[in-house]
Amino acid sequence: MSKVEWEPVIGLEIHVQLATNTKMFCSCALGFGEPPNTRTCPVCLGLPGALPVVNARAIDYGLLIGLAVGSKLADRSIFHRKNYFYPDNPKAYQISQYDEPLCSGGQLGDVRIHRVHLEEDAAKLVHGGGSGRIHGSATSVVDFNRGGTPLVEIVTEPDVRSGEHARAWLTMLRETVRQLGISDVDMSQGSLRCDANVSIRPKGEERFGTKTELKNMNSFAFLEQGVKAEIARQIAIKEAGDEVVQETLHFDPRTGAITSLRSKEEAHDYRYFPEPDLVPIAITSEMLERAKAALPELPTQRAERYESSLGLSADNARDLSFRPEITPYFEAAAAVDGAEPQVVANWLLNELIPRLGETAPADSRVSTDAFGAFAALVGAKKITPTAAKQVLDRLVAEGGSPEAIVEAEGLGAMEGGDELSGIVDAALAANEAAAEKIRGGNMKAIGPIIGHVMRETKGRADGGEVTRLVREKLGL
Amino acid sequence: MSAEDLIALTAAQAVEKIRAGETSAADVYEAYRQRAAADELNAFVYVPDAVPDELPATDTPLAGLPLGVKDLFCTEGLPSQSGSKILEGYRPPYTATVVRNLQDAGASILGKTNQDEFAMGSSNENSAYGPVQNPWDRTKVPGGSSGGSAAAVAAGLVPWALGTDTGGSIRQPAALTGIVGLKPTYGSCSRYGMIAFASSLDQAGPLARDVTDTALLFKHMVGRDHCDSTSLDYPEEVKLPTAQRLDGIRLGVPEELSGEGIEPGVLESFNRVLDLARELGATVESMKLPHAPHALSAYYVLAPAEASSNLARFDGVRYGMRAEGTRDLLSMYTKTRHDGFGPEVKRRIMLGTYALSAGYYDAYYGRAQQVRTKIAEDFHTAFERFDFIVTPTAPTVAFGLGAKTDDPWAMYLNDFCTVPISLAGIPAISIPSGLSEGLPVGFQMAGPAFSENRILDAAFALEQGIGFDGSKARA
Repeated sequence: MSKVEWEPVIGLEIHVQLATNTKMFCSCALGFGEPPNTRTCPVCLGLPGALPVVNARAIDYGLLIGLAVGSKLADRSIFHRKNYFYPDNPKAYQISQYDEPLCSGGQLGDVRIHRVHLEEDAAKLVHGGGSGRIHGSATSVVDFNRGGTPLVEIVTEPDVRSGEHARAWLTMLRETVRQLGISDVDMSQGSLRCDANVSIRPKGEERFGTKTELKNMNSFAFLEQGVKAEIARQIAIKEAGDEVVQETLHFDPRTGAITSLRSKEEAHDYRYFPEPDLVPIAITSEMLERAKAALPELPTQRAERYESSLGLSADNARDLSFRPEITPYFEAAAAVDGAEPQVVANWLLNELIPRLGETAPADSRVSTDAFGAFAALVGAKKITPTAAKQVLDRLVAEGGSPEAIVEAEGLGAMEGGDELSGIVDAALAANEAAAEKIRGGNMKAIGPIIGHVMRETKGRADGGEVTRLVREKLGL
Repeated sequence: MSAEDLIALTAAQAVEKIRAGETSAADVYEAYRQRAAADELNAFVYVPDAVPDELPATDTPLAGLPLGVKDLFCTEGLPSQSGSKILEGYRPPYTATVVRNLQDAGASILGKTNQDEFAMGSSNENSAYGPVQNPWDRTKVPGGSSGGSAAAVAAGLVPWALGTDTGGSIRQPAALTGIVGLKPTYGSCSRYGMIAFASSLDQAGPLARDVTDTALLFKHMVGRDHCDSTSLDYPEEVKLPTAQRLDGIRLGVPEELSGEGIEPGVLESFNRVLDLARELGATVESMKLPHAPHALSAYYVLAPAEASSNLARFDGVRYGMRAEGTRDLLSMYTKTRHDGFGPEVKRRIMLGTYALSAGYYDAYYGRAQQVRTKIAEDFHTAFERFDFIVTPTAPTVAFGLGAKTDDPWAMYLNDFCTVPISLAGIPAISIPSGLSEGLPVGFQMAGPAFSENRILDAAFALEQGIGFDGSKARA
């Protein structure tokens, strides 16, 4: 029997905390690490008699996300109650959206969007002692500061195929949302959260396998690791002839272990029904216009522009568009006179960033003007690649202008001519054996000769020119 | 003025006397406070020990007059228990908008009135704080769920009171105690701070001795509230009624709500009011509300469905009662709710939870919503031909304490004539039409949304003709 090839099928559910001034359904300011339960009111505490009122800004932000991922925006949308008992949920229902979400459909990169809707965040539970979960802990306390924070939930179609894919796509989504300026989208702070629905099926099979829901992946790395681990777990189950059980799972990034989570209620019947305390949201043309006007250039659009107008390779265009810590730096450096965008991209991604470690280019000693001028020198072959690396080392260490460094160190590329010709003669004389091999047609033997020349010229010689001279002098 | 003279005044009259300097707000308050504190009907669940240090100014519209407030309105620092053990001792940190509106207009809270637990009931026997007696006959119920407010107003323990009406909870007790009760258009009064029963139906409204007092209280309740998205600007000023005649007014009498199931004595009283209406110039015509007979069934799906969700927050975690001696979250939830809720509340939570469950939603909740739409359309169509739809308010006069407690459906039938109007979201008033077997009978008049001014005017004209005397209950 031939071994089955498994295809992972993954859908993501992303929660984005919106950086509005006030909460989703009351006028409390959002919490940022204040003492517990100081950002609360009768509404977000779920006190008897209190009623929700929709935050109009949150709707605007939801529409912006919808536009950014190409969703169809509803002209009428309603809230539902999702009923379940849990201490982080003071009304015993979460106000969310069900069959009439704010936005439907769409696509970002290679993953289709199923829907985008608004809801409210739960409060924060802190468990004393025991397991760190409510079951088995000695005491549990609730901080309602976070309760009622506006959330946008983005649900993808099951188009993701691997852990790496999940990570790359979520990075793209994060940058897209970050460009909108409506959320901190920080996974470590919980303003961006991701759950993954994972299943596997034999390659070529249309039907989906049984899916599991994987929670608690609070970094991009953990998302990738968690999804990989779950795919491996499911393959092992299937290959042992067993069936995957539909359940909610917890990924422990320290141990890599996946464990079953107890469900919030034994049976998941949320008894959704239309929230009678709120009236339907009518999306007006003014709201749409406002959202469209507020839409900045999105990373996907920028990547296209980099490819089509700046002539970058597709990979570089994507890399530079989805990394906010380098995008503005790239744009400024590429705008310097004489700097070729592709040269800027190559040297930025392959040389400057690795030299800087944790430091962002914008925070380094290398100004965008200097880096642009540097790229112009490289592009015009005024310095050789070898010399360029030395110049870059100096720029990173001390800052300053690349021209001045080239001047001071004498690193300018040597013109062809007598000086280089003489050095090549000397190199051939010093490496007779190699010269013989080259004469015999073995060009690989040129290495020691070029090495000699470079030593003598401190890298200022152009490798191509040296090769040309060697061949000429050996009569090839 | 003597306390006896003060109690004999209607609220509107008392405001005039205070303004004219013939008495003071403090004297009026104290006269009522003493009666409320000595209440033997169990109409009040809370009455303060003394007149407040500061009463509103006499030049305010309500001149400091005392007000009874149904227990389920949140009142800052005062017990607000919604008739339930699960909220025993609960004193909220904020005041309901409608109460605040009335305080701003010069009302002072006299006390909190008894009610069926979470407004679920038609006899006030579902209160965790004991049943209320009807001042016309202490062996009878006052109706419910605003039974405490109704009994207190009828017995002259307070000039007027706030109630809430979900399926008849203002109109039916008003009818059973011989006073006036108005269920306003849904959305005209803010629900913010009303401990919810069924959000899409709950409305605050006044209970008062006569139509003028009803209008005066209502006038200061209405208005859009930025804390309640379902509230609306009242489209016109609420006026005190003046009409003497009903010339040109067309009254429709729905066959479905004025025949079978209505007690003969009630029907007799109802028909006498129709005769009076004709004498005053109205036309009276029989008509049909074809979907009205399904109203109770739809109501007992929708209201419990919303209630099951609204009441889920009472879990012992944050406020109110928490069962002792439990070891984990689930047992704390279940024991708190087991011990804290009464049987009728549990019944409705069960009904509502079932109706919303996966696989049953369409058959119950979805279907009931369709019926609700049909009923609203029936009324809409009817108002093309009629100014008002009139029915007896309740099918019977006040019944004996304990008479229907074992038969939920018999109890639900009390709201047979009021529930269709609630589902349609339209306003209706109940005024006393006379006595049957020595007990008050209510006459109900419903109009299109925001027709309260016209309803109050027509009710005022009828009231003058009926000449109902409620003083016996205040003796």
